[in-house]
Amino acid sequence: MAIEKFLVEASHIMMFARSVGDANPIYHDEEYANKSELGGIIAPPTFAQSSAQFDPDYFLRPKIGGEGWFGSGKEATGAKPSKESGGGGGGGAAMGLHAEQHFEYHLPVKAGDVLTATTKPGNSWEKESKRAGKLKFSESVTEYRNQNGELVITATGVGVQTERAVDS
Amino acid sequence: MLKENEINVGDVHTAVLVEDLKRTQIVQYAGASGDYNPLHTDEIFTTQIAGYPSVFAHGMLSMGLTGTMLTNYVGDGTLKKYGVRFTNQVWPGDTLTGKATIVDIREEDGGKVVDLMIETTNQNDVAVITGNATARIET
Repeated sequence: MAIEKFLVEASHIMMFARSVGDANPIYHDEEYANKSELGGIIAPPTFAQSSAQFDPDYFLRPKIGGEGWFGSGKEATGAKPSKESGGGGGGGAAMGLHAEQHFEYHLPVKAGDVLTATTKPGNSWEKESKRAGKLKFSESVTEYRNQNGELVITATGVGVQTERAVDS
Repeated sequence: MLKENEINVGDVHTAVLVEDLKRTQIVQYAGASGDYNPLHTDEIFTTQIAGYPSVFAHGMLSMGLTGTMLTNYVGDGTLKKYGVRFTNQVWPGDTLTGKATIVDIREEDGGKVVDLMIETTNQNDVAVITGNATARIET
């Protein structure tokens, strides 16, 4: 997966910060942020996750005029019966559940930045679990670079496919 | 930014991250992050098709809420690393408390940093997130 243009915009940062319960003015108050040491609005630490908005093929977003959507409409699922019988963690979501996430911050991400992201697969491994059956873990490493070509964030995600639904 | 002479190994910072998590906040996170997986927002799909008792929060929402606690403690733009494991699911109605514990104060790349152990627990004292973070501090 590659994202060619991840526009980091102040309004998106504001909405993201709200959704994670963060009222810090560094994420929405331009005047305050400009006077701060950082010199402007910055992105909160997990904001890079919203790069999904800029991935044209992101599979967990209903597509305009697309192939349909597996969430409920008239029926409990929009998925075609041949494709997915349900159950399991993810209901058609290829990555399954999110097991781990790690960020390394090299430079601040600021409103106005234009990032690119490239993702490479990392390690993969299996584990037995009493709660969810066989677990298949797989890692992906995403590098975010800014408009100057500088590495700003390295993000490592670990996904897990479970045999059964997990309801802790 | 934390100041070296004001902190000690073993110091603990805690904050309530969310009380009685609402489905609407999960929807809000879906919209902001772009992750529209119906497991988080579509009760009908999640209960009838995927077989879960209800929708549940994105792991990244819990990590984001925990990140709010973290940056409120260490200061803006000071994080060098932040990583977590999602150890249990977070459900609507949950109340989450985040905790950051100083485990080391050391040098890195010519500056001082603090290493933190992170844990977020629900109202039953079950950990939903465990992890660690490193942040720059002022000497």
